[in-house]
Order: sequence, then C-alpha cells, then structure tokens
Amino acid sequence: MTSASPAPSAGPGGVAKTPSPPGPPHSAPPTAGPPGTRSRAPARVRRGLLRALPVSPAVVLLALFLAGPIGYCAYIAFTDLQLTGQAESSFVGLDNFREAFGDERFLNAVWLTLVFTFLSSIIGQNTLGLALATLMQRASKPVRTLTGAIVVTAWVLPEVVAGFLLYAFFRREGTLNAVLDFLHLPSQNWLFTLPILAVSFANVWRGTAFSMLVYSAALNEIPKEITEAAEVDGAGGWRRMWHITLPMIRRSIGTNLMLNTLQTLSVFGLIWVMTRGGPGNDSQTLPLFMYEQAFQKSMIGYGTAVALLLLLVGSLFSVVYMRLLRTEV
Amino acid sequence: MPVRPTTTPLLLAATTLLAAGTLTACGGGSGDDPDTVKISFKQSTDNQIRVMDTYLEDIKKQFEKENPGKKVKLVPIKAPDSEYYTKLQQMLRSPKTAPDLVYEDTFLINSDITSGYLKPLDTYLAKWKDWDQFIGTAKTAAKAADGKTYGVPDGTDTRGLWFSKAIFKKAGLPADWRPKTWDDVLEAARTVKKKVPDVTPLNVYTGKPAGEAATMQGFEMLAYGTGKDPLYDPAAKKWVTGSKGFKDSLKFVETVYKEKLGPDVSDALDPNFATRVRGELLPEGKLAINLDGSWLPQDWGKGAGHEWPEWSQELGLAAMPTQHGQAPGKVSMSGGWTWAIPAKADNPDLAFKFIETMQTKANAKKWYIANSGIAVRKDVAADPTYVKAQPGIKFFTDLVASTYYRPAYPEYPKVSTAIQEAMESVTTGDSSVEDAANGYDEEVDSATDGQVIEK
Repeated sequence: MTSASPAPSAGPGGVAKTPSPPGPPHSAPPTAGPPGTRSRAPARVRRGLLRALPVSPAVVLLALFLAGPIGYCAYIAFTDLQLTGQAESSFVGLDNFREAFGDERFLNAVWLTLVFTFLSSIIGQNTLGLALATLMQRASKPVRTLTGAIVVTAWVLPEVVAGFLLYAFFRREGTLNAVLDFLHLPSQNWLFTLPILAVSFANVWRGTAFSMLVYSAALNEIPKEITEAAEVDGAGGWRRMWHITLPMIRRSIGTNLMLNTLQTLSVFGLIWVMTRGGPGNDSQTLPLFMYEQAFQKSMIGYGTAVALLLLLVGSLFSVVYMRLLRTEV
Repeated sequence: MPVRPTTTPLLLAATTLLAAGTLTACGGGSGDDPDTVKISFKQSTDNQIRVMDTYLEDIKKQFEKENPGKKVKLVPIKAPDSEYYTKLQQMLRSPKTAPDLVYEDTFLINSDITSGYLKPLDTYLAKWKDWDQFIGTAKTAAKAADGKTYGVPDGTDTRGLWFSKAIFKKAGLPADWRPKTWDDVLEAARTVKKKVPDVTPLNVYTGKPAGEAATMQGFEMLAYGTGKDPLYDPAAKKWVTGSKGFKDSLKFVETVYKEKLGPDVSDALDPNFATRVRGELLPEGKLAINLDGSWLPQDWGKGAGHEWPEWSQELGLAAMPTQHGQAPGKVSMSGGWTWAIPAKADNPDLAFKFIETMQTKANAKKWYIANSGIAVRKDVAADPTYVKAQPGIKFFTDLVASTYYRPAYPEYPKVSTAIQEAMESVTTGDSSVEDAANGYDEEVDSATDGQVIEK
C-alpha cells in the first residue's frame, strides 16, 4: 500500500487519468414512469433521486478512484508511515504538519512555489498568451499558422523532453550563452545563478500555447461591430484593449488563470530535469520537496502531509479565481 | 416507483464488481505449490539488455535438471531502481504475493530487514561450504544490526582514482602514479593546474544534484580513509557526530573547490555532470584525475553510445589513499546486490538451494563476466579467465580487500542527504567547514531521533 500516490494531481489532467474499470453491466437507467405531478415534497425528492440514478455509477467510480485515494492520502498524512525501514506505522496527529511549518526548507519551498507560479503562470503564460493571441488576430494567415505551430509544438512536447531542451538552452555551454557571447554580452551559468528564473522561463516557454489558444478562442467571440464602433469613435489600441476587449473576455481570463495556476503548481519533471531543485534548494518547489521527503528519504507520511498542503495552496488559488469569475456575472 | 431499492442494489453490484476485479488482479499466482520456487529480480528497462534474464534462464535449466520434480518460476519486475524497490516492498508485505527469492540492493536491504520483510539466513549459511569463499567485507554487506545475515552478495563494485596518462605526461607526473596520502592527490592536482591550465585537475562529486554519487564516490571515499567507522558506530549502534574525520573530509572537498582544483562549481552542481564526466571530459582528455567507480568502462564498450576502447591505454588507475597513508594504505567503498529470502516466502529451503546453484564457482564466474561485476569470492577473483575478461578488473578486484559497505540502515538515505548538503555548502563557499559539520550533526540528530554518539 505504500506506493499509493501521495500527490493527487492538482492539474486538470488528473481527472482524465482516473482508471475506468468495467462498469456494472446493467447501468442503463430503469425507465421511470412519468413522475407524479400532484406532488408534495416527498415526490419531488423522489424525482430528484430518480434523476440522479443515471449518474450514480459515475459517482461511485469517482468516489472509489478519486475520492478514495485522496481520502487515503489524507489519512496517511497523519501517520508516520515510511516506505521501508519500519515494522509498523502509527498515528501521529498533527506532527507532520507541525514539522513542516517548523522546517525552513518547507517554507523555502512554499515561497519558491509562489514565486514560480506568479512569474511563470500569472505573469508569463497568461500575459504572453494574451499578447500572442491579440497579435495573431491581426497577423496574416501564414504568420498566424507558423507562430501557432511553433508555440503549440512547445506545448505538446513531453515535459521531460522540454526539460532537456531548456537545460541545453540555459547551461553554461548552452545556446543562450552562445548568443550572448556573439553579442559581446556577459554570459553566465543561468541554472546556477538564477535557477528559479530559468525554470520559470522554461515553464512560460512550455505553457504559453495553452493560454494563447484559450484567448484566441475568446477574442474570436467578440463581435466585430463593437470593436469597429469603438474604432470609429476614435478609441486607440490600448483603450480598446482596456475598455472593450479585457472586460469582454474576463471570464476566459479567470478560467485560464485557474487552469494555468493549478498546472504550474504541480510542475515536477521540468524542474527535476533542469536543476533537480538546486543548487542548494534554490529551485526546490513544493512538488520537488515532497518527492525528496517521500521517496528519497522514504518518509511517506511527511511527504503526503506536504502534498495535502500543496492541495490546499491550489484550492486557495481556485477560490480566489472563482470569486473573480462570479463578481463579473 | 421503488427508487431506493433500485439504487442500493446497483451500488452494491458496482462495488462488488469492482472489489472482485481488484481481488482477482491481486491474487494472481498462489504460491502454495511446494515444488515451485518463485524468483523476483530487476529486469532492465532497456529491452536490449537481457544479461540477467539470460543468466537466470540458464541457472533455471541447471536447477530443474539437478532437482527433478522442482520448478523455477521467474517473476521479472521491469522498472528503474527506485520503482523496483517500491514494487518489491509491496510484494514482500503479503504472503500471497511474496516470492521465494528476491534480488535486493545493499542500499536498502537493512531497511527491508527492519520492516520485517526478510528472513535471516544464518542456519543455511552455517551448512554451506561455499560461504567460506566469500570475502569477509562482502559477508557484512547484508548483515543487519542484529548480527544476522540476510542476503548472499552476487558481486560488488569498488571505487578508485582514474587519471589521464597524457595530461600527467604534460604535467611531468609519473604514468604509474601511486598517491600515498590525500596531500599527494592534491599536490598532483596542483601540478596539473599549474602545468596544464586548460584542463580540470581533479573531480570529486559533490552536492545534492549529484545525489548518492556525491556521498559514496565523493565523501565516503574520503571519510573511510580517516579512521574506523567514521559515520556509524556498530558497537554503540549509533550514528557518529562531531568527528574530526568528518571535518577533515569536508576540508578536502573545500580545498578542491576553493583552490579551483575541481570543476567549476556551477558544473559540479549540475545534475547531469556525472554523465558529462564519462561521456565528454574523460574521453576528450579534459579531466586529469577522477574519483569514480569501477563501472565506467560500461559506457565505453561497443554500442554503448560513447565507444572508447582505447581507454585502457589512455587512462591509469590508482587506489584512493587513506588520509595520512595509515594502514591499509588504500580505501574503497562498495555497493552491489544480494539474493535474499522473504520472511513470507513459501519455499525458503528450495530458494536457498537455488542460491547454492547460482553461486557455484563456475556459475558465479559466468555472472561476474557477463555483467562486468567485481567478484566477492576468493576463488573467482583468483581465476585467470575472470581476471583477463576486462582491463581494469584486476585492479578493482584487488580493492575488495580494503573496501567498506555503507552503513545502509533505515536512516541512511536521510544521513546521505545531510552529507550532500554539508558538501554543497563548503563547495559553494556558503559556509565554513565548521558550520557545515555542525549543520550535519544537527540534521543527523533529528533524522535518527537522537541515536548519535560524539566522537
């Protein structure tokens, strides 16, 4: 049981990965007679239940394969379970959490996770994605196709491959320094001097395509007449952006920010390949910290507690974005 | 409408179905057959590498022929190291899934012993005459804190100094270099730095990005040359803190990087540096001395990506000396794998019989040659066909006499990380040797729940 994944994927991909075992063969809903219309409260309840029937298998599966593991993780976070090296584990209450908050390396990881998320997701992917989408609206078709292809390629590359590419870009004999040398600018080992910036850039490089696609779709939804009317009224580019485009795609901004943030919070492979969290702990975000505790030091209980805290950070962000979405309606 | 009654059976049906599915998935092979011995081993994730599969198939045939009516079932686990441990540990938990014989890394065997996963083999070993052929240090590889032995090693690895003869010639250093003390090593590196300025004089793995390589190839190769039991005191069963040997070893690392005798710090802390050492720096003659393991030539063989068959002429080998040249003069660290019998195995007797078949002199020799391992048996180590199988093999086999196994007790991974952190902070110059050593002491004290002894 020890290998039960302690890191419930916070990204939107997690749901899709839920294994789908053979469903119950007779899952077709029994045809219900027309619900009684002369109904009092119980009849309404009954009708509600009846309607819930078709989705119940899905709910059961979700409960078993999604809520189950998360629940089990939540339980493990309160024990001192180890991968190996211990005859039996015991319940330790809040010890793991207390240890985390007293551990400066954990606090360092939280801080770096926030920096990483802020730089790469909120500022980088989001803004750049919007900028690209806006520019592409105006660009000619060949330019649009080409740019789109390049950006999307970065997105579909497996995380580890992207990690190696960017490692090769940033390392001391890498492409970036070659370019800087050519321009007679001082070069340095970016992965060593500015690791969190380097991995943030890597994440921007990799994830911008997603924002670009979301915003392209959103921008296409804006009726041409409104923009044209504003143009006729003499509104310049920035004004149109600020007063028309942004308010109209506000909902997309919220959704995009939420998805980006959740995905960025759980980035592991990219950083692992590029810096392994180093040098020192200078690029060790929460997922890397969690991995080190759970699998390198085999403290599954503690690692799981950290994963739960990561989940908490993710849900905090979600709540903020949900608010953002709601006020706008 | 009888809504409620319908929902409940539906839920029940779904749950039952799922439960049934899960159960059948788990309980695949029942291990009740007293004539079948089930063997789990690590299968390479590279489909082309079938060294172990081929070897075990061969032993299986021999075993089934010698023991009529008995069967061998090979249960390969195809996974990288870290996942292999996890899978194995899960299998060992239940009598339903526990095999009869498992392949265990010496790195984690003590953790699995503490978890109660393995069976002591002393009663078997006492009756097995081949056990006398195993070298003393290797016998301790799978010895637990309780003094019992839980595994039979099937080879090991050792570590030493690799040096470039061409660079040494340019620097005016001897081609048959034999450093006697740490100072000799540093002095040679200083000479290289002065006379051949465009190469890296000496590589010692360091820091967290290098991981266990920093601890074992780097730090422990130094620490075990400073005196007895530098990390763990087996008599007191406690981890050692505050030792002078520890600080001296850190001091060595600090000197290498402070005097710029080692690679550029940012290179040394690059997680992929070890690959570059083997693939670029050594073959291209950019590194003078490298403190590293016996397995390097695996990368330079035919079809291995960095073919470099001339390495045996271009590189020299020297044993890592002890600090001041104190007896026995040289030092090496060893790891490797062992065959162990799970506590929940159904047929332990038959499993041990299989070990005996694997470890006849002829079969052991076949295995060492096939996987370029270093022999831990005296008779194989002295065998000319083994010695001549590969250049360098004699050198590394001779080191087995002065080798040490890690104190790989359950806390070891945490201690190892603490060592890497201490190394890293003196490598970057972020803290003094004194501070780094104090940091280590605190870290070890908390990682081992205060099971420490001042030395």
